[in-house]
Amino acid sequence: MATAIAVEGLRKSYGSALALDGLDLEARTGEVHGFLGPNGAGKTTTLRILLGLLRADGGTVTVLGMDPWRDAVALHRRLAYVPGDVELWPSLTGGEAIDLLGRLRGGIDGRRREELIQRFDLDPTKRGRTYSKGNRQKVALVAALASDTELLILDEPTTGLDPLMEAEFQECVREAKSRGRTVLLSSHILAQVEALADRISIVRQGRVVANGALDDLRHLTRTTVVSRTERPADGLAGLPGVHDFRSQDGQVRFDVDSEHMGAVVTELSRHGVLTLVSRPPTLEQLLLRHYARSDASSRDSDVTVA
Amino acid sequence: MNAATTARPRGARASDAFANSGTLFRFALRRERWSILAWAIGLALATAAVPLSYVELYPTSVERGLIAQAVASPAAVAMMGVNHAEGDYHYGAATAHQMLFITGILVAVMSVLMTVRNTRQEESSGRSELVLASPVGRRAPLIVALLTVVVANLAVALALSLSLGSVDATGIDWSGAWLYGAAHLAVGISFAGLAALMAQLYENARGALGASLAAVGLAYLIRAVGDVAGNGLSWLSPLGWAQATKVFVEDLWYPLLPAVVFTAFTVVVADYLNARRDVGAGLWAARPGPAHAGRALQTPIGFAWRLHRGAILGWSAANLVMGAMYGAFLNDIDSMLAGSDILERMFTATTSVDLITTFGAVIAAVMAVIVAAYVVMAGSRPRSEEVAGRAEPVLSTSLSRTGWVISHAVVVAVGSLLVLAAGGLGIGLAGSASVGDWSILPRFAAAVVAYTPAHWVVLGVVIALFGMAPRAMPVAWMVIGFSFVVIYLGDFLQLPAWLRAFSPFEAVSDMPAESFSAPPLLALTAVAVVLLALGLAAFRRRDVPA
Repeated sequence: MATAIAVEGLRKSYGSALALDGLDLEARTGEVHGFLGPNGAGKTTTLRILLGLLRADGGTVTVLGMDPWRDAVALHRRLAYVPGDVELWPSLTGGEAIDLLGRLRGGIDGRRREELIQRFDLDPTKRGRTYSKGNRQKVALVAALASDTELLILDEPTTGLDPLMEAEFQECVREAKSRGRTVLLSSHILAQVEALADRISIVRQGRVVANGALDDLRHLTRTTVVSRTERPADGLAGLPGVHDFRSQDGQVRFDVDSEHMGAVVTELSRHGVLTLVSRPPTLEQLLLRHYARSDASSRDSDVTVA
Repeated sequence: MNAATTARPRGARASDAFANSGTLFRFALRRERWSILAWAIGLALATAAVPLSYVELYPTSVERGLIAQAVASPAAVAMMGVNHAEGDYHYGAATAHQMLFITGILVAVMSVLMTVRNTRQEESSGRSELVLASPVGRRAPLIVALLTVVVANLAVALALSLSLGSVDATGIDWSGAWLYGAAHLAVGISFAGLAALMAQLYENARGALGASLAAVGLAYLIRAVGDVAGNGLSWLSPLGWAQATKVFVEDLWYPLLPAVVFTAFTVVVADYLNARRDVGAGLWAARPGPAHAGRALQTPIGFAWRLHRGAILGWSAANLVMGAMYGAFLNDIDSMLAGSDILERMFTATTSVDLITTFGAVIAAVMAVIVAAYVVMAGSRPRSEEVAGRAEPVLSTSLSRTGWVISHAVVVAVGSLLVLAAGGLGIGLAGSASVGDWSILPRFAAAVVAYTPAHWVVLGVVIALFGMAPRAMPVAWMVIGFSFVVIYLGDFLQLPAWLRAFSPFEAVSDMPAESFSAPPLLALTAVAVVLLALGLAAFRRRDVPA
């Protein structure tokens, strides 16, 4: 499968502050790639380097086969970007801003522009200074989506949007994907990433600490099991891979590492299973696990799934 | 290393570096068109008005000769420059001598404002992130901004040439009129280049603007000192180049050559830095600061002081240097007079005080008006806090609107006192040292500091506008512009007393030439308090942000 974005060992510091510390990132052509991480992890810095707005201190970056610093203009003809904080010209209307940005990108499809303005319920006649944060984001989203580029780089594009607009946005991303476009989506909205992303990369302190398909990442973590058995199953607590074992009123509840699931369930069945609920980890649990880990352990246990 | 990064040498691809400049240029011109028009028309009308009124006021060459004598004093030379006309001080010579220095400064200020607005301000606001993520060459925005400023300067130059050229007055001809416009163009592009360079070094627009405006002040000062000393120092100042053309007298074009070289140099360096740095970055990375607010910062006054501290210290330092440069050549005035009996007789006949104190009084007034720019800028801080959305979290605490504005006003009021005191100290120390008379220090320092209440009136105007018509706040600059005109040209234009009274600086007695007089200062303070109260009352009643 072709690669749209390939980043290896990316390093960037601002003065003495280290922002990126050997970050690797790969987004395949045609996929929606979720880019997750706590505040200050280096997400926006990475995106700005991918756009050639910032210059990397080290490592290699290839976007659509080009070097974003040197080939910025040629690259920008093939991508669209929505920043996290959209600032518009105070005296320009939203419609004028869309047209200006579209003109810079070489013209936009007028029908598509109208359609998107309708879908996002945007008033294009208001001046930039009178727009709310959500409406400024809509302007940038319409400008970006109207040009139908090969690659969309979106930096928390919907933080100011209401749930209706959020749904519309997700629909637009799915449409882009169905046309074979690549989307790099930095987001804090986990439901959005779960709904859209084919694969995700989790960045923490300037490094990617986990990446892969969401299902595979889940597979690498613990599943929560709740079961009621005929006979007390307290003996399970000592099995390898079982964590946080609790037993109350004939019901056991524990987390189990995925690779030990089979053995544990076999053992459980010997106690006469009455009810059994098994919950895969939510993305939130997954993230909390990666976010909360200390420095030292994050380096030892970087997780990669092809 | 990846193939894409090793195949070609490092650096941006040249062919795309200016991609989409045309679209950006049209956009920038559209945004600036009214501003350009206003500057061009305003400067052209103000300039043409001078020879037109002089034709009325001073119809004969004898009368014009009297003005020529009045502007031959060292103080006038420092202010306006050298009178190049050896014979008739005709209307062309008078206009060039008395207007070029001030319209030159105005054109410089226009270029600086417009350049910073279109470069660093776009960048620090985050708008250029959207633009540069489009297929726009990395070097395009800076070059487009500079082209826009060049267009503005061309418009101003053309308007000046056309308006002056069509005036029918002795000594004004078309060849001079064209050079007059070109001299302004030279000043304008020089400071556009300088501001473009500052915009690369400073991470925020305020810093770039402050440094560039300080450079304009320095250029004026160098020209003033150079002209009085007659030592060629003026050739280091773009304003000096414009005046060295001796327009309407000798019409020399070659003094504009250094402006072309200087502009080319600054633009090349700015473009070099711009093409290689990160978007949003300056020359210096931001340093980390304390994690906790100190006790002082947690009071409204302490908070306001923190926001204004840098500007107060910067202006004070700059004003100290400016004062010292003026003070350092007080002695030259003495020796200039010694060699010129006529001049000495003229001045001792008209006034009872020595020439040094006359000079001191003019310098004090000039310095006070220049420093009033600090008062307008710092006094507008509540407005910029409001527009940027930083006022909302502050005003949603238990701090009242009144308390918030007053804390800013108090800090700026004290700030203007400190900045003036620094200037007075500079003149006093350097003047005393150069003349060898330490009585100069207290007298000259007091002369400058006495203008503080006039500054408070300017501050009152700013706050009143902030409350009543925040979008009209730039009007406060007109108070400074008008005061300049009154100080420089009030006598020559024979402005009536009631009109001069609109300049708060006129009420202050001309120390050290005149004696100290308290009532006008108290009256000015009262006016300032009334204006402040008006502004506060209006601010309590209006929307935030409005």
